[in-house]
Amino acid sequence: MNRVANGVDELLPLLDQMLVIRAFEKRVVELFDQKLVRGSAHPYIGMEAIAVGICAALGENDYITSTHRGHGHCLARGLEPGRMMAEILGREAGYCRGKGGSMHITAMEHGMLGADGIVGGSHGIAVGAAYGSVLLGQDSVVVCFFGDGAANEGSFHEALNLASVLSAPVIFVCENNQWALSTPTRSTMRVENISDRAVSYAIPGVSVDGNDVLAVREVAAEAVSRARRGEGPTLIEAKSYRMSPHSAFATGETSTPEELAEWSLKDPINRLVDILRASGVEEDRIRKHNENAASLIEAATEFALEASPPPAEQAIHDVYAPADWAREGRLS
Amino acid sequence: MKTREITMAAALNEALHEEMARDESVFMIGEDIGRNGGLFKVSDGLQKRFGAARVVDSPISEAAISGAGVGAALVGCRPVVELQHFDFVTLAMDQIVNHAAKWRYMSGGNVRVPLVIRGPVANGVGLAAQHSQSLESWFVHVPGLVVIMPSNPYDAKGLLKAAIRDDNPVLMMEKRLLYTKSGPVPEEEYIVPIGVADVKRTGSDVTVVGISQGVNLALQAARQLEREGVDLEVIDPRTLKPLDIDTITDSVRKTGRLVVVSEGARAGGFASEVVARVLDTAYDALKAAPVRVTAADTPIPYAAPLERAVLPGLQDVLTAITAVMPNKTKVGSV
Ligand SMILES: Cc1ncc(C[n+]2csc(CCOP(=O)(O)OP(=O)(O)O)c2C)c(N)n1
Ligand SMILES: [Mg+2]
Repeated sequence: MNRVANGVDELLPLLDQMLVIRAFEKRVVELFDQKLVRGSAHPYIGMEAIAVGICAALGENDYITSTHRGHGHCLARGLEPGRMMAEILGREAGYCRGKGGSMHITAMEHGMLGADGIVGGSHGIAVGAAYGSVLLGQDSVVVCFFGDGAANEGSFHEALNLASVLSAPVIFVCENNQWALSTPTRSTMRVENISDRAVSYAIPGVSVDGNDVLAVREVAAEAVSRARRGEGPTLIEAKSYRMSPHSAFATGETSTPEELAEWSLKDPINRLVDILRASGVEEDRIRKHNENAASLIEAATEFALEASPPPAEQAIHDVYAPADWAREGRLS
Repeated sequence: MKTREITMAAALNEALHEEMARDESVFMIGEDIGRNGGLFKVSDGLQKRFGAARVVDSPISEAAISGAGVGAALVGCRPVVELQHFDFVTLAMDQIVNHAAKWRYMSGGNVRVPLVIRGPVANGVGLAAQHSQSLESWFVHVPGLVVIMPSNPYDAKGLLKAAIRDDNPVLMMEKRLLYTKSGPVPEEEYIVPIGVADVKRTGSDVTVVGISQGVNLALQAARQLEREGVDLEVIDPRTLKPLDIDTITDSVRKTGRLVVVSEGARAGGFASEVVARVLDTAYDALKAAPVRVTAADTPIPYAAPLERAVLPGLQDVLTAITAVMPNKTKVGSV
């Protein structure tokens, strides 16, 4: 199949998104090292093709759930880097007014149901969102992003089974980056492919090269149409690699230099660039895209750094949704 | 006793080394505890010394490892299950609440569950609402569980050793920011018994009961107020269940005033339990209404000014002391 059938113009937005994610994540790590980011932050470096390929197959009314490693999902879903960065820096202008931080960015206006610091915490949420939108006649599909490590939580198995029996329009996207923190994935599961687990729930399971954005988009498109036809969930395993330490906090090197070198050759951004080059896109144009991404992230960072932190009084707000009992002062 | 200064993480690590060497039925299971030595190095060197079968790097499966802990305990092991953050106890809740806590009782005393489940409480570092919770009161509410929260390296080591040797399910919550704080720990072996409070400072004006970091805040307040002629007695229950209420009420009978400092949320929290227990038996000794210093009733927010506003601090303790000593003018303005 000619992978650039619709012309390079259609591929350049994918490149832009991947470049923006990479630049964003590098900047976040720098800001963490400058002690401007609290707690931790989990870079999506090396995995950009998964979020970008999957989200390219989604429509405006679709939803996603995300993980502790969620910045890439957010950016691929169209969230503004400036407001994301503001959240990560704990500013009031952030998506969650500084209450959530790196692990909890939520933006309903982008169909982003929320990132989740609990590994495997959003499997059920995704099934419910998918089933709920069917009940409401919304024709939405829901993508549930999660890691290889999360596929060992009970919630994964329960949610796949539930989605299967409900024929819920949900797509489980397992980002197999070979590691769960310091633990190699092959030491915590005996299946060759995580997608093999789909068999137990009688749903389709596919493994895809997660560093090939076009391949990811293709399997996603198929799963999306299946879900929209009412045929239920799909499990996609995107095989990729974490090209950075687990987090800005847990920086202990886990992978071997050989492993890193091997996967550097499969860098998802370089692979798309190679396709573009082969289709005649000049170096100059590629450099421009790189520069654009860099300046976009610079502007986002500037915006975030200038934004003010939330006033302390904000801490007690948002615990409950507006309610009569709260309005009438029966708060405690 | 000869002592040296070591961190709380190192003290816990020593306890694990000693107990695993002493008793072959002790084993550990948890996420990233072996090869990596644990996220906060509490299990450093254990896998190297005792092997991967006794220090198990588990899949991310909190329900299964906690349940496995119960099962292994039933057949005679002494498992130590690590939760990478104590917040993840929610995934293990059924195994702890419906199984570990009740198996002995339901069997009419036929079985024992010598299980330890431990892990960090990581508030104060900007990890936000799902990684910063002090959930101790939940477990105090479940009959059948022992609940421990150490405030310093000495107690942490001695209590973990006691917990491993105890025949009951023990939950131990360790404040992460204390892992790197040092304190004196004897070179010789020792145990800190479960259910015995420690008077960290004797004083005559106000009894301050602190839980975990609450003890350190209370001691800070005591040092500051000393200059102003206010004399605090600081009590560290160390174990929340069973609670050494006698040590607390004896103190209240002496001072007539009670402040309780805990980082748990306010409503239904452990501070409320301490106040209620004191009212049960020492109501007549109180010269002022007891005051609870707790976290606010909110999830823990990310941004620094918000997290500071929600967690109790030194100023909150000083304000509480003022409240129970109305005849003193405002004390300890910082
Ligand atoms: C329930 C739960 N257990 C443990 C953790 C601690 N933790 C955070 S990320 C992580 C590794 C997750 O691995 P994986 O699912 O493969 O995602 P990755 O980090 O590789 O993207 C662990 C153990 C957690 N956040 N939640
Ligand atoms: Mg992983």
